Amino acid sequence: MTKIGLEIHCQLTRLESKLFCPCKADYRNLPPNTNICPVCAGLPGSLPILNKKAVEKAAMISLALDCKVPDKISFFRKNYFYPDLPKNFQITQYNAYGPTSIGSDGAVQIEGKEIRIRRIQLEEDPGRLVYEGSSEKTQITLVDYNRAGTPLVEIVTEPDFENPRQVRIFLNVLADLVENLGVSDPYLEGAMRVDGNISVGSGNRVEIKNVGSFRDIEKALHFEITRQQSLVERNIEVAAETRHWDEARKITVSARSKEEEQDYRYLPEADIPVISITGGQIEKLRTQMPESIMAKRERYVKKYGIPAQVAEVLSSDKFYSDLFEKSHSAGNAKAIANIITTDLMGFADTREKKMELKVTPRHIADLADAIVGNKLTRNSGKAALYEMIKTGRPLAEVVSSLDLGNLSDASSLEKIIDEVFKEEEKAVAEARQNPSTINYLVGKVMRKTKGKADPAITLEILKKRLS
Amino acid sequence: MSLDISATEYLSLVREGGLSVEEFVAKTLERIAKVEDRLHAFITIDSQKSAERARAIDKKIKAGERTGVLAGMPVSVKDNICSTGMRTTCASKMLEGFVPPYDATVVSRLKAEDAIILGKVNLDEFAMGSTTEFSCFGPSRNPWNTDYVPGGSSGGSGVSVSALECMASLGSDTGGSVRSPASFCSVVGLKPTYGLVSRYGLVSYSNSIEQVGPVARRVEDIALLMNVIAGHDPHDDTTAKRKPDDYVQDLDAGIKGKRIGLVKQMAGEGLEKEVSSATEAALARLQDLGAECVTVSLDAIEHSVAAYYTIASAEASSNLARYDNLRYGFDFGNEGYEFKAYVSKVRGNFGPEVTRRMLLGAFVLSAGYYGKYYLKAQQVRAMIKSQIDDAFKTVDLLVSPTMPILPYKIGEKIDDPLKLYLLDINTITANLAGIPAISVPFAISSAGLPIGMQLLANSFEEKALLQAAFSLQQSTRLPGVPI
Repeated sequence: MTKIGLEIHCQLTRLESKLFCPCKADYRNLPPNTNICPVCAGLPGSLPILNKKAVEKAAMISLALDCKVPDKISFFRKNYFYPDLPKNFQITQYNAYGPTSIGSDGAVQIEGKEIRIRRIQLEEDPGRLVYEGSSEKTQITLVDYNRAGTPLVEIVTEPDFENPRQVRIFLNVLADLVENLGVSDPYLEGAMRVDGNISVGSGNRVEIKNVGSFRDIEKALHFEITRQQSLVERNIEVAAETRHWDEARKITVSARSKEEEQDYRYLPEADIPVISITGGQIEKLRTQMPESIMAKRERYVKKYGIPAQVAEVLSSDKFYSDLFEKSHSAGNAKAIANIITTDLMGFADTREKKMELKVTPRHIADLADAIVGNKLTRNSGKAALYEMIKTGRPLAEVVSSLDLGNLSDASSLEKIIDEVFKEEEKAVAEARQNPSTINYLVGKVMRKTKGKADPAITLEILKKRLS
Repeated sequence: MSLDISATEYLSLVREGGLSVEEFVAKTLERIAKVEDRLHAFITIDSQKSAERARAIDKKIKAGERTGVLAGMPVSVKDNICSTGMRTTCASKMLEGFVPPYDATVVSRLKAEDAIILGKVNLDEFAMGSTTEFSCFGPSRNPWNTDYVPGGSSGGSGVSVSALECMASLGSDTGGSVRSPASFCSVVGLKPTYGLVSRYGLVSYSNSIEQVGPVARRVEDIALLMNVIAGHDPHDDTTAKRKPDDYVQDLDAGIKGKRIGLVKQMAGEGLEKEVSSATEAALARLQDLGAECVTVSLDAIEHSVAAYYTIASAEASSNLARYDNLRYGFDFGNEGYEFKAYVSKVRGNFGPEVTRRMLLGAFVLSAGYYGKYYLKAQQVRAMIKSQIDDAFKTVDLLVSPTMPILPYKIGEKIDDPLKLYLLDINTITANLAGIPAISVPFAISSAGLPIGMQLLANSFEEKALLQAAFSLQQSTRLPGVPI
């Protein structure tokens, strides 16, 4: 049996400042080593001042993952020498002497399977090493400390995954969850990083590090399963080791064995006093937490009769569910859910495309109302939506300039149907014999009207004329 | 105009326009120039800026402008406390070229009150030592006899204050580092309650037990300095939020009716004869002043030296890990080295005592030993704290000699670290328990060497502590410094 566990590092990108100093948490796109101060640069004599908001956000993640949040949390130093660590220790949390990290013993359900969360810890991100070329061949390594001290939560799961597919589903659920909580933008480069550990059968556990993306962790795990299985088949013991994912070659490579012998000499961080978290504070946090994805999903189904599958897709995506919340009314909720999940999500499926959308809740509401009120067909609606996305013009303007209004008056439709009957004598005869072929004629009418014909009325007239 | 004047007196003279700061500072700088090559208290002296600041303060006073409560007071600062633009070396090769871009909170508070920082003073490397012999710049010497050690690690603070090279100094006290030189140099030194004074800008050695502490010739000057440096600091999460007392007010309240306990474990067999008789005399004196003296036993102290060196070394090994000469440090080219080779090469520049403690610390924290050493040391610490808490249910203050023996010669004990460690027995209790303790000059030995008495109080009871120290000082007459 394959056993996989994960360690996910998730930056709290929605915070203003770093974990222990006032420097910006958003270190991206700044000239190297300009987002630093004596504290995050680890200058002699500087002291960390804990960002209380980071504790709250980390507690929210813990609660959302059903973890226990202890009465008291504390910090530890993890000591090791590395050029990206200004103090040569990382301030993190550690549970070996009792649960003092922000969360522990949680669980997430994915497709009916429970994935247990061992612990969640709040810690600081190190700086970033910049290589000349690849890290193996570089002659020069540069260090940028702009990232040093960025607030991070590490989420550690039990080895409960049985295959890489479950891992992918879990990671998507987790990314949606932290985004929905408003604590992180998981799709920002480097905001969510995953290490895995995997064992096959009764073999040793192998750690996989240095994985750049969610897609790559799935590939790396597949590679490892194959590699480990082929070793087992040849009666070769799988070495307990750390392996790095080589993105270029799409394989895992054994890391230098020295990493295995690392002794982090954990030590309580005396510069940060123990923090008490009261039951009252937890309750307050719960009320501040946005509605969970699961609760949202249930509400969509129960309150608006949105089909479960549509509700699932809609609730998982913070951007689109926010759009839904802002645009819907009792009468058009279902139509809006459809417009968003079938049309809009197709147009804009990436973060960049979403950011470019010029569509507002007003656009969506107007569009849904027009469709519900039979003023636009689904097809015309789609065309109008596409135009609104690109230009941001109001619906009425788009409909008139593209001439999309519904053709629903019977006399105009009769005329068009006359033309179709002339052109399609054979099909008309066939339809008289076999009413199930009538859709062909409906299609012809649609084509002639560029999709504007009201399908219900068209069908009604056709049926009458054929009988 | 004598340099041997209390700060309190000096400051009021200056305020009234009866004394020129410029003249006084010039005279102080002359004094430094005259005695420094025999004493070596300073690592860095900023004569020019000091003179400029002195002139500026005189001008302010003449113009009737508002000035700070320490206006014109010349002070020295231990060289492990950061000062903008003035290099802060920790008496270590590793920080030979480090010029901090920021002031320690205690330094900025002194500056805000118009004190004049003359320079930075010597210490044992990274404050690890009790003689100031472990400075990479060479030892400081005791002004009472320059063949003798001045105590440590804040030796430069003790020497500069004692030898009239400044009016007061800021030191740091991790296991007695302010009180030991105060005792050996016949000046006053206070280790405040943990969390009363900001550590922001104090280069960490053992961050769970150390405090910045003032050194001065008079208890009233200590009170004055505490009024400036004590109190919550938003840059140090371990500082207490409570508003500090006014330490100057009612300083002469006396000790009538106070119960003072002599700590049995600090006055036993290890005491040198003259220290022992001084202690008896001190008890008699306290009683004459109206206090009731009793003996208190704190048997956890038996394990205090072992616990202290375990905790302090463990924290030191982590605190000093950052000195890899990558971002700041000293002149050393890194061209051609692989990272780990470079780090071990440059870290070879730590001195012997620092190296010893970092190795010890790394060992006690290593996997499998944490529970055996570090946790056990923390248990001893908790035990000491609880015995101290109990003691303060029955007494107001505790008393002991600050150092069990008289000052000794330079070079005499430096090769026997264990013997040196054991001499900390009377001072480390205050650090492990987090309580305040002060060393007050009490006697001069037959050979002309100073003996100090230590008073200890419960957490945040600095006011009562200073009142008692003041009483003791007022009843004591001692000769002036011979140099």
